[in-house]
Amino acid sequence: MTELIVQQQWFLWMTLLPLGAAVAAFLAPRQAHWIGLVTALLLPLCALAAIAAATLSETQTITAGNWPTPLGIALRSDGLALVMLAVTALVGFIISCYALGYFPVRGHHQSRARYFWPLWLFLWGGCNALFISGDLFNLYVTLELVTLASVALIALEGGKAALAAALRYLFISLLGSLAYLLGVGILYGTYATVDIILLGDMLAATRLNHAAMSLMIAGLVLKSALFPLHFWLPQAHTMAPAPVSAVLSALVVKCAYVILLRLWFEVFPALDTIAIGHLLGLLGSIAIIWGSLMALRQERLKLLIAYSTVAQIGYLFLVFPLAHTETMASAWIGGVLLMMAHACGKAAMFMVAGTIHHTAGSDRISRLAGAGGPIGVLVVVFTLAAGTIIGLPPSGGFFAKWLFINAALVSGQWWYLPIILSGTLLAAAYIARVLGWAFLDVKRSSYPVIPWMMKWPPLVLSIIALLFGLIAYEPVQLALSGAPVSSPVLVEFGP
Amino acid sequence: MSDLILPAILLSSLLPGLIIFTLPEESVRLRTTLNLGGAVVKLLLVALLFFHVAKREYTELRLPLLPDMELVLRADALSLLFLILSAFLWFLTTIYAIGYLEDSPNRSRFFGFFSLCVSATTGIALAGDMVTFVIFYEALTISTYPLVIHRGTPAALHAGRIYLAYTLGGGVVLFIATVWLRAIAGPLDFSPDGVVASLDPALHGSLTIIFALLILSLGVKAALVPLHIWLPSAMIAPAPVSALLHAVAVVKAGAFGIIRVIHDIFGIGFSAELNLLFPLALMAAFTIIYGSIRALSQNDLKRRLAFSTVSQVSYILLGVAMATPLATIGGLVHLVHQGVMKITLFFCAGNLAETLGIHKIDEMDGVGRRMPWTMAAFTVAALGMIGLPPLAGFISKWYLGLGGLAAGQPWVIIVLIGSTLLNASYFLPVLHRIWFVPSRQDWPSSTLRDGRETTWALLIPPLITAMLVVMLGVLAHSVGSALYWVELIATREYGP
Repeated sequence: MTELIVQQQWFLWMTLLPLGAAVAAFLAPRQAHWIGLVTALLLPLCALAAIAAATLSETQTITAGNWPTPLGIALRSDGLALVMLAVTALVGFIISCYALGYFPVRGHHQSRARYFWPLWLFLWGGCNALFISGDLFNLYVTLELVTLASVALIALEGGKAALAAALRYLFISLLGSLAYLLGVGILYGTYATVDIILLGDMLAATRLNHAAMSLMIAGLVLKSALFPLHFWLPQAHTMAPAPVSAVLSALVVKCAYVILLRLWFEVFPALDTIAIGHLLGLLGSIAIIWGSLMALRQERLKLLIAYSTVAQIGYLFLVFPLAHTETMASAWIGGVLLMMAHACGKAAMFMVAGTIHHTAGSDRISRLAGAGGPIGVLVVVFTLAAGTIIGLPPSGGFFAKWLFINAALVSGQWWYLPIILSGTLLAAAYIARVLGWAFLDVKRSSYPVIPWMMKWPPLVLSIIALLFGLIAYEPVQLALSGAPVSSPVLVEFGP
Repeated sequence: MSDLILPAILLSSLLPGLIIFTLPEESVRLRTTLNLGGAVVKLLLVALLFFHVAKREYTELRLPLLPDMELVLRADALSLLFLILSAFLWFLTTIYAIGYLEDSPNRSRFFGFFSLCVSATTGIALAGDMVTFVIFYEALTISTYPLVIHRGTPAALHAGRIYLAYTLGGGVVLFIATVWLRAIAGPLDFSPDGVVASLDPALHGSLTIIFALLILSLGVKAALVPLHIWLPSAMIAPAPVSALLHAVAVVKAGAFGIIRVIHDIFGIGFSAELNLLFPLALMAAFTIIYGSIRALSQNDLKRRLAFSTVSQVSYILLGVAMATPLATIGGLVHLVHQGVMKITLFFCAGNLAETLGIHKIDEMDGVGRRMPWTMAAFTVAALGMIGLPPLAGFISKWYLGLGGLAAGQPWVIIVLIGSTLLNASYFLPVLHRIWFVPSRQDWPSSTLRDGRETTWALLIPPLITAMLVVMLGVLAHSVGSALYWVELIATREYGP
């Protein structure tokens, strides 16, 4: 039995299965939702098996077609890849359940369901492939797959505004990809390899390499919507149907960020990154404050959530300035933890917003006035999910912030403390605003019954998000296996 | 068995709370069963735990959170003090709240958050290290917010915003101070000698700053002046919430946290050595006087009681800050005595509002004839607050005074006398109105079958707590009284 688990290359299956299912769903549109659901059920199981296999044996690196690197394509399942596969499987499964309720199989919105499933499965396969990619070119290809699927999904809603948002997202993404590809080209020209591990060993601090690094980072920053390059995100994320918004905010922006983490900690350690680190930290800080302030001003629930994503992305970029030698692990694992926590919380929030929109006929926050009954429950679910965004204990967001503050104190960068704290308070303020409307004592109208599948999946995910800190020990240990960092996670001041 | 009792105590209020959220508004019977069942189960479990701890059998439970970080639940004598207080008063407040909120909307939401709030308080009592304490402390902040804004009026929402701004502001400062302390001192398990005394003297500067940050952030909930603004405005909440907020949950969590920091993180000896306690004693003394003076001029009954809380909670801090065994006894025992007295007063204020619609003190003329039992309970608790022997409040003040003398700080006596005079001047006129001024109002006469002044659910809880006020004073030296238990704690802390 053990042999059977270890010998399978589960993480490879996690890529092939959704891609195959996407083709099947495209060819058999009437059965698309069943194909989607079965795939969504199988992927978490595969993820568990992949984790079991990885813990039973050493870190797996396989090369496609058995060609050795630098010729072959390296696929790896280190800790980062495994936790991202697992979180994506969990969030993806719940979003799939929700989508089953959101896109009715019958009725006049049939065509949306018909295109949603193949595109979503395609995107899922792309994400999984990205997480296990071991070379820079492969990362480029998989990121493009994810982008193209996302553009099509944004356009799913139809209408002029959605198409405009989708097109803008497409152009921005292409620009980012081009910058990234240019950087990869420069590195390949010098070292004749794109393998992450080989490059990490060989890279020297030359001027050309610094140029390549800047290009690649700039491209990825654009794709992960760091301030001031976030301008495309709110429209793109809110024009889409609710399950798509959830996918985009929870998973897609993380793809570019995962590549950045890999580059920063595995490819570029030899280069001089201090200045760029501080620049990213500065932009991240502005993103936290700006995104939160904008979220506070929004009249629509979905826009509020989208701006909250802008702020949360800001936190993710604090990892780079905070990762000094002794605080390396603290900052790195803080970033990984925040990614996982945000994926769960944000997906749940967008799903709840979708259900509220569906039920109340509008997602204006003022429409929540006096929300009791089913909507009142939804608002409570929304608040639970938002706990991790605010950083309330015992959510994952709380411990991620703990690690960031720990790293900031020990590395002597105390100026990040007020940023992190004001971000926390602002987040509490914009969530309390939503809650306040819902508690307002006014006469309320009656609402239609909420479909079962639109009610329970977000609840499950929001409870996971809120309690994530209590179960974070195992994922954190897993992420640390084969991690490019090796200092203690909780750092103390040196003597 | 014994390692399951701690999570069981937490779950006894958490699980009913979560189930109640999902109940429809109409299922009154199931909701009441869950509420009271949870409260009774918790009382029984706490009683069981009491016998373990009395025999010095400390139970502990550890759950890994991050590498090198754990969630620690532990029951020591101090946790038990707070735990018994909260479990018992929660039980009474649940009965009271069921009677108080009869037929009002959104009860499932209310009782759901009510249970979460008590679970968080329980977690604070059982926290075995600073990280765990912070986790439950913040959980309490959040679960109380929906209770404060429960009425849903613009005024309630405004009070809620003030509450959230103060408590979350304090919360983030507490968070930073804890992370900082963890980075300096390593794991922060509560232990009788503290955990920082052995650190390099070069760090004493940082430790002083951290101590100040911790006390100020915890002082928000403990309503130290000038961080008390939120407390009087949170009065807008329904009476059972105010009762719980003032007697056990929020303000006590702040005071309890300060006790933990001084006793079990810094250690009494070390805190005194760094001269950290004198500024706290001064702040507490100022708060005692200031709160009483503000209470004098309030015409709204609940606001007067709120300023009285501001003043009374600082007795606890004053006792702890003087760092002598007798003063510590006085402070800790007031944690219980103030809770029992103040909850009685709020129950009675709620009865006046709910039964007769009385909110202001100048509407209380002669109300003693209309609601004699409620007003008798009110009178006992008010006299206890003033410190009339042999009631509970007298015991606290007596030990505080002795402790002040033993610490060589006779000014404390002056503060105590001044505060007692002020307490008398804001409570005695109210008592005079209740009993001796002829009634000018024509209140509706009782609609209940036997002509009772109000329903049993509203009447029984204040009568029980008023009886306790008497018994905690008269029987202060018998086994099982709060004083007895507190002396036990002090012996374990300071040595025999």
